[in-house]
Amino acid sequence: MSQVRVLVGTRKGAFVLSSDGARRNWEVSGPHFGGWEIYHLKGSPADPDRIYASQSSGWFGQVLQRSNDGGKTWEVPGGEPVPRPGGPPAGKSNKFAYDTSEATGKPLTTHQWYDGTPHPWEFKRVWHLEPSRTDPDMVYAGVEDAALFRTTNGAQSWEEVSGLRGHGTGMRWQPGAGGLCLHTIVLDPTDPKRIYIAISAAGAFRTDDGGATWKPINRGLKSPYLPDPEAEVGHCVHRIAMHPSRPGVLFMQKHWDVLRSDDAGEHWREVSGNLPTDFGFAIDVHAHEPETIYVVPIKSDSEHYPMDGKLRVYRSRGGGNDWEGLSKGLPERDCYVNVLRNAMAVDSLDTCGIYFGTTGGQVYASTNAGDTWAPIVRDLPAVLSVEVQTF
Amino acid sequence: MVRVVLPAHLRLLAHVTDEVLVDVDGHLVTPCAVLDALEARFPMLAGTIRDHETRERRPFLRFFACGEDLSHDSPDTPLPDAVARGTEPFLVIAAIAGG
Repeated sequence: MSQVRVLVGTRKGAFVLSSDGARRNWEVSGPHFGGWEIYHLKGSPADPDRIYASQSSGWFGQVLQRSNDGGKTWEVPGGEPVPRPGGPPAGKSNKFAYDTSEATGKPLTTHQWYDGTPHPWEFKRVWHLEPSRTDPDMVYAGVEDAALFRTTNGAQSWEEVSGLRGHGTGMRWQPGAGGLCLHTIVLDPTDPKRIYIAISAAGAFRTDDGGATWKPINRGLKSPYLPDPEAEVGHCVHRIAMHPSRPGVLFMQKHWDVLRSDDAGEHWREVSGNLPTDFGFAIDVHAHEPETIYVVPIKSDSEHYPMDGKLRVYRSRGGGNDWEGLSKGLPERDCYVNVLRNAMAVDSLDTCGIYFGTTGGQVYASTNAGDTWAPIVRDLPAVLSVEVQTF
Repeated sequence: MVRVVLPAHLRLLAHVTDEVLVDVDGHLVTPCAVLDALEARFPMLAGTIRDHETRERRPFLRFFACGEDLSHDSPDTPLPDAVARGTEPFLVIAAIAGG
């Protein structure tokens, strides 16, 4: 029988929720790395037992963790003692050094600060880990201050994909409220050289040559909080989702507005339609229906909780514009949690499962594509990320 | 052997439950030498106490020994004899947050 594993990152550790394909009974493992912030965990599509986790702390910085047994045990890649003189060097799995060399690109030393003044690039943490679809040792990492890194040795060491910061607009990027973070990485399943990323608050970008060159893909985005609402960069993109069967079709939850692109991000059009509010963070696509998408509307950019205290997922079966609220099993009153950008995911079982976590510590699951919901757990620390593995 | 007391988060990361002993291996016993030895024994701690490249102490951490705050001393200043002899520990302290 199939199995489902839900990987949950929280403010105070990681949790692994496991069930068989019925998804009725769940085993909860954790907290792993208790007390540390776990911004993201994600499993390798090429080896489901290989899982990577971003562990961080304002005091102690970044740590990368790796599991080779589906989250039962963890190790810091290269963190094993290596006292032998002449032995292999220790890995530097938590070293994210910005590329400033002349040889590999245009070195950037500053981006814009909130007030528009130049500010040096400073690494703070890894927001998103995106393992390769084919190689368990290859992973992309999106970091704050915004940059893309890549490992090819199972996270023992990282190198910046420097063409992104160096492509020309980097000096104009500004942080959003959560920092200048590269939070979304989407790999094209049909073309390993095509990658989409998103940065708050710079926008969406795409490479078609494996990361050597990049371009902004923000045409059609409108952000009234910018001096030029249709600027090339500066948009606060919250999340991008893609269905693997149609890699040229993208769905976006922006700061405000839900949008779609049918040409790999060249043009975007708003599909917020009848949503009660089009502010939000999370967005995802049904595993088997590429036009069925999900968002969790949040009241506003200053009030990060659902409308009227009612937690609702909204589903569109037509790729946007026409939305239905899904509330069966979700709180109908007095609910003031948030659902963050990395905190929604889907499984790939026949009856597609949808999962999301809240800042109140609940992880909800629907085993029928959103028609009804039930909590898997209710009282975790604030949930930062949710990913799902089906195998 | 030099005794090193780590904050709880770093003990968790290093898979230790108590203070640790490090061999400074005949070098002058300084904060830098102690941290070098600590990171050699526990490579997963590299980058969590001081920067990989600059070797500067992370801003929310402080170093103490024998009741003295050594955080702002040069990392190459010899530590007190009691630390070098192992009768007193070298303390890595995390700034306290919260109220």
